[in-house]
Amino acid sequence: MSASQFLGLTEVVLREGFIYGIMAMGVYITYKILDFPDLSVDGTFPLGACLAAVLIAAGINPWVVCIVAFAAGAAAGCVTGLLHVKLGITDLLSGILVMTAMWSVNLILMGGSAIKQFFNMDTIFNSGPVQLLPAGLYPHRQLIMVALIALAVKLALDWYLSTKNGLLLRASGDNSQYVINLARDPGSMKIVGLAIGNGCTALSGCILAQLNQNADINSGKGMVVMALASVIIGISVFHRLRFFRFVTMAILGSILYKACLMAALQLGLPNSYLKLLMSVLLTMAIVSERVNRKGEKHAAKQS
Amino acid sequence: MLQNNPECPLIRLDDIHMNFNPGTVNEIAVFDGFNFAIEPGQFVSMVGSNGSGKTTLLNVICGSLHADRGAIYLNGKNITDVPEHRRAENIGRVFQNPSAGTCPNLTIMENLSLADTKGGSFGPGKGVNRKREDYYRSRLELLGLGLEDKLDIPVGALSGGQRQALALLIATMTPIDLLILDEHTAALDPRSSETVMDLTEQLIGEKKLTALMVTHNLRFAVEYGNRLVMMHEGKAVIDTKSGNKASCTVDTLLETFNAISIECGN
Repeated sequence: MSASQFLGLTEVVLREGFIYGIMAMGVYITYKILDFPDLSVDGTFPLGACLAAVLIAAGINPWVVCIVAFAAGAAAGCVTGLLHVKLGITDLLSGILVMTAMWSVNLILMGGSAIKQFFNMDTIFNSGPVQLLPAGLYPHRQLIMVALIALAVKLALDWYLSTKNGLLLRASGDNSQYVINLARDPGSMKIVGLAIGNGCTALSGCILAQLNQNADINSGKGMVVMALASVIIGISVFHRLRFFRFVTMAILGSILYKACLMAALQLGLPNSYLKLLMSVLLTMAIVSERVNRKGEKHAAKQS
Repeated sequence: MLQNNPECPLIRLDDIHMNFNPGTVNEIAVFDGFNFAIEPGQFVSMVGSNGSGKTTLLNVICGSLHADRGAIYLNGKNITDVPEHRRAENIGRVFQNPSAGTCPNLTIMENLSLADTKGGSFGPGKGVNRKREDYYRSRLELLGLGLEDKLDIPVGALSGGQRQALALLIATMTPIDLLILDEHTAALDPRSSETVMDLTEQLIGEKKLTALMVTHNLRFAVEYGNRLVMMHEGKAVIDTKSGNKASCTVDTLLETFNAISIECGN
């Protein structure tokens, strides 16, 4: 492999890592903070993509489309939360219900077709602020844009988690009885968390679609596995580095995860094996996390 | 906090019926028309064997359990159908399990900041208010456990006794009408139990709280509080109301306790 090829691949890994990292940050909130394995992201990721295709084809400003995608994802997350909190359906099943329902919603949005392309339309990668980039950086505009968006989402989540409401969200994942003692309903906080998680996921899908100028309602398959693996890998690898916040670890985990997939493909793994590899990677991440934790407890006992 | 109405008891339970597993062979009638009231300013200590209905009573008052029949009044207001988290606006609770009253993954500072916001807005304001740090420190100093120097460590790293003392501070941080103590020293070693009990009495005195304490420690029940209740099979078999609690000693309690046990064949 030549150096320029390697640099090219690195850029792809970083670009995809940042895009899926936006989803991973959202899933960090549902999975790590609320302890809620949220399967609805498999449906809300393509929701963002489908909205991008339909709205951008209709000539709407691509940044407005991003906001709409976030809001729509958040609304879907609220549905998952309401199913779980108000109707008492288990967390996994609530996610499956929304994921399944989103399939129809996405198909309806796309007017019945599974794939929609929107070439030569304004996206965040060819219009607006991206044109301010100096000519030298313009070839890397995709990477620069996704990195900036991921950074903006990270800062927004960091800020939110430091507010009173964010602290209450963390408390409701930690000890829901404590939230009750504070005269608040932990169920509502769960719904808020799921809304944020799925909002980020739809945003991530929307940006990927804008990058490819193409939306595919199948693009959600395996998103839960990818996001969970990113979060778990990120935290296992980087948790010793105190200066990283957990939200940052989710992005870094996503980049690392994408690098693993890319390496496997480069080493000659056929494309059909990709989802299998994704599952294996997540399994390994979960097991190694557990072994790590046991090791730490053991070390703490001995010291 | 509701205005205390001198006319009515702080909390009143009216004709409470409570059955577990109704319609099965395991049906247990915990309460069958139970009536109970606590006047403002009373510190009730409640004892009774397992299954006598103490914990069920606390759960019914706090709203974690809904009685099959009957009504509950707080300051004269019917709260029978008010959900648990709404009742918590007026009721503070400390649990037997020290991890129930605090958030283990949050720091002491974060736990106290949350408790300090109870009744206010959990909005976009800054979660941890460093301006209140001195106040938190002064409250923690009351405990005498050195926690004032550990504001930024996670509560999960504290011992059970330290956590329970912190939980007590948290439950009483903002104004409440009623403090519920649910065997809150049962999981602690003897020395920590003493510390937590002293702190309990100190906080109840300082904030002039009305309190209901369930305990298995007969000595605590006799030493603390100004009214003593012994529960048995869903009824208050001893209730000193007010005034003659002084006549209750650990020995007289044990006597009654044993008499009941022999009666029931256990």
